[in-house]
Amino acid sequence: MSEFVFLYRGGGRPESPADGEKIMKKWGDWLQELANKGHMKDRGQPLEPEGKVVRGKQRAIIDGPYPETKDIVGGYTLIEAKDLAQAAELAGGCPIFEYDGLVEVRPVMKM
Amino acid sequence: MERSEQLFRHESGRIVAALTRIFGLDNLALAEDVVQDTFCRAIEVWKLRGVPENPSAWLMKAAKNRAIDLLRRERTARRLVPELERLLESEWTMVATVNEFFRAETIKDDQLRMMFTCCDPQISEEAQVALTLNLLAGFTVGEIASSFLSKRATIEKRIERAKKVLAANKRLFDLSDNDLPVRLSAVHRTLYLLFNEGYHSASKESAMRAELCREAMRLAALLLDNPRVSTPATYALCALMWLHAARLRARMNAGGDLISLSDQDRSLWDARLIAKGNEFLELSASGSELSEYHIEAAIAWIHATAASTQDTDWARIVWLYDRLMDILPSPVVALNRAIAVAQADGPERGIEEIHAIEHRERLGSYPFLPAALGELELRSGRLELARQHFEEAAALARNPTERRFLEQRAYAASR
Repeated sequence: MSEFVFLYRGGGRPESPADGEKIMKKWGDWLQELANKGHMKDRGQPLEPEGKVVRGKQRAIIDGPYPETKDIVGGYTLIEAKDLAQAAELAGGCPIFEYDGLVEVRPVMKM
Repeated sequence: MERSEQLFRHESGRIVAALTRIFGLDNLALAEDVVQDTFCRAIEVWKLRGVPENPSAWLMKAAKNRAIDLLRRERTARRLVPELERLLESEWTMVATVNEFFRAETIKDDQLRMMFTCCDPQISEEAQVALTLNLLAGFTVGEIASSFLSKRATIEKRIERAKKVLAANKRLFDLSDNDLPVRLSAVHRTLYLLFNEGYHSASKESAMRAELCREAMRLAALLLDNPRVSTPATYALCALMWLHAARLRARMNAGGDLISLSDQDRSLWDARLIAKGNEFLELSASGSELSEYHIEAAIAWIHATAASTQDTDWARIVWLYDRLMDILPSPVVALNRAIAVAQADGPERGIEEIHAIEHRERLGSYPFLPAALGELELRSGRLELARQHFEEAAALARNPTERRFLEQRAYAASR
């Protein structure tokens, strides 16, 4: 088994409390399923949208200039899978796609 | 545990009420933005981390933090509540002030004040209902539109207009105001309409209907907690709601079809709600005021405690409808009275009473007038006449559920 990070990018805002409940239920079910099948390493954390970027030899600090709001990483999860292909397939079950977001799947470098 | 959808709705009402005290009624949109941001944040965090142990406290804290952030940024740019301006100016009186407004007890009163503010006589009755749903029960414009079978734009306009009235008034209604009794009856009326909307709603989605009833009950229960407004009429209104809600489960079958009272499985009626309703009814019996809610609750109580339609004390119900006609005469009340008369004295008498209803023409588009005639003709054995009445009723149906029900009655009469 290898480790992979799912980076969640974008995903719209819920339209109503009912919609919000639906989103949480879908995420909960999906993450639970990953755990049941033994793929869950760490559910991870959500990330604040704001931040700073420190850049260059001068260590210039600027307010996080993200390419576009819809591409901001909103959170991550650490999972285990046989290979990148399987990890990507697992990411396909993420509810984020119904809300206009995407999942970036990145293998953790081990050696 | 409470579902998070309900939790969001309730907390939304609490947060808006607290924030309106801080930001002022003319900054309602700002308060609503805070609510919106708080929920989005909750969903972002909870979807990955799961719902926290005390989600309500979590939401309140998140909203408070967000409000403090906003005040730091906006206090110079906006005119907030004048009396609070000094307190909100310095960093630390500001945080203390916000904390004070978010105390559970304060929030309870704020919700009451908000409820009374929404029931402003300058706002139409239907707009009061929509506004209450929106601000106190966290229903979105889209949800209100779908439960009232109205166009989204209509509801949007209605709510916007009402909010302008509130903004112009600037102040939240004060429960020590001399106007309290008048406002209280407007609040009763709004909650009554809200409950009825859920109970008889045109919306086919039964979950949404139950939600409307539950919200009306939750807001009515807030009135009970405050001695200024827990009047006999408030208890009577609560009795009425609880006794009706007890029958909610039995009113529809699994396919979403309406079941008439005589065919309902009474073992499905909620005994706990009936007991609570009965308790409220007893508490409503002090003082000299006899409101329409007292009478309707008494009628609901007779139904809720009868073993069957035959065992129901119809003579007593007729007597109660007579009292209701004294204080709040209307063709609908007269029709319900006529139906009770038919149960007490036979269908022929009921038919006579229906034909004798004053201003019957005002029920020209009310499907349950021909439907009642259909039932009575059916019981008198005049099947063809009954079928015609049911068909007339079905043509007047206001939604598919009613139409299906009335068509089935027409079919039953033609067999």
